[in-house]
Amino acid sequence: MHVTLSVNGTEHALDIDPRTTLLDALRDHLDLTGTKKGCDHGQCGACTILLDGKRINSCLTLAVMHEGDAITTVEGLSTPDALSPLQAAFVAHDGYQCGYCTPGQICSATGMLEEIAAGWPSHVTDDLEADPALTREEISERMSGNLCRCSAYPNIVDAIAEVGGAAK
Amino acid sequence: MKPASFRYVRPNSVAEVCEVLAAEPDARIIAGGQTLTPMLAMRLARPSVLVDIHRIGELIGISRVDGAVVIRSATRQVDALHSAIIDEDLPLLAKALPWVGHPPTRTRGTVGGSIANADPSAEIGLVAVTLDAEIVLADGEDEEVVLAEDFFIGPMLTVASPSACLTEVRFPRRPDGRLGVGFQEISSRKSDFAFASAAAQLVLDADGACSELRVGVGGVGDVPLKLDAEALCGTRLADAEIRDFAVAAMADVETVGDLHASEAYRRRAGAALIAKAIIEARQGALNTGSSGGRNVG
Repeated sequence: MHVTLSVNGTEHALDIDPRTTLLDALRDHLDLTGTKKGCDHGQCGACTILLDGKRINSCLTLAVMHEGDAITTVEGLSTPDALSPLQAAFVAHDGYQCGYCTPGQICSATGMLEEIAAGWPSHVTDDLEADPALTREEISERMSGNLCRCSAYPNIVDAIAEVGGAAK
Repeated sequence: MKPASFRYVRPNSVAEVCEVLAAEPDARIIAGGQTLTPMLAMRLARPSVLVDIHRIGELIGISRVDGAVVIRSATRQVDALHSAIIDEDLPLLAKALPWVGHPPTRTRGTVGGSIANADPSAEIGLVAVTLDAEIVLADGEDEEVVLAEDFFIGPMLTVASPSACLTEVRFPRRPDGRLGVGFQEISSRKSDFAFASAAAQLVLDADGACSELRVGVGGVGDVPLKLDAEALCGTRLADAEIRDFAVAAMADVETVGDLHASEAYRRRAGAALIAKAIIEARQGALNTGSSGGRNVG
């Protein structure tokens, strides 16, 4: 089946089986292997990408459903010479051990900081009228869809807190 | 690529969806796909045709109609979570939505999809049953309206015919007065499937006595259940009365056991969460002025 995917600003015309998930299309058809396959059923977050700026699990959606959507993968966030602020912060804070979950963590955190900037409250936000503060509790709750089996969580939270301008 | 082979179609209207469903008995609707995609991969679902409704404009949106809040079926959970209408008129659903999945799944997952999927541990279905929401199905030229309590008949099973498309869910608007809501859930980790969950919505009269109470429990049996809370109406909702009610209510519920939670555990946890949800709702109502106002429970 024919579909045109817009990935990191480039259009790709693909002829693929409708069974192909967006994750498999990115990795196997477009060779964008930064996006990782962990559990392949929406539990781990390793495959997190940005769809029209909002974070989603690319394993939980079919490529043919995304004609015309703006897809951003970890490769689209920066170049190797000029890391995104979150990427640089993950390096500075050692926000990983094996690194497999890292692209998903960084895409998810990129989307999450946009949500904070838009004033979206989370489950742990006390004052729903004020702009949410970026406490460690807020970061943990908002990143709950991204697992790190090496448990680098303290450093991941440090990295995100630095970029997001953490609240005391 | 793990699913069994299927054809993919993307109709432009509900009428076209119904045409496809009528012609293809093994067709299946996909909206957000947050449950169906893994079910396809595990071949627990093997549709001949996948009917994608997620871009059909007439199936998206939240509005006030008469005394109800109408959520069209393909409305994203994230949009419901940030809806001022739901925040104001449907505080129990507003309270439950942060428990649904996690942020990336709420970006895609839909309100109608969660209902149609009929997972017994799902939060939106529990709120629908607790509040007596109406579920609207389009089937060919016909429209069928089913009370949420009658809609769910088993795990992942509903009364909807294979040729029907869920078009909207009509939740009754919150009652006026001193309203409080509570929602409680326990799972192995946040965002995972609930072992047990409970929802409560109540109104206190000027003297602090309960004039209206709705209670539901989810995750414990085959379907979300509405409980008869008449016994607590007219009382001042003392903690001990609430706990006695919760234990008695769960005594009659047929619970299920699995690897993660036994039948006895679900019975105990269900009772504890029912009590906590009612107490949470009571405190919310007590904190509200007598004229009602924004829910903070």
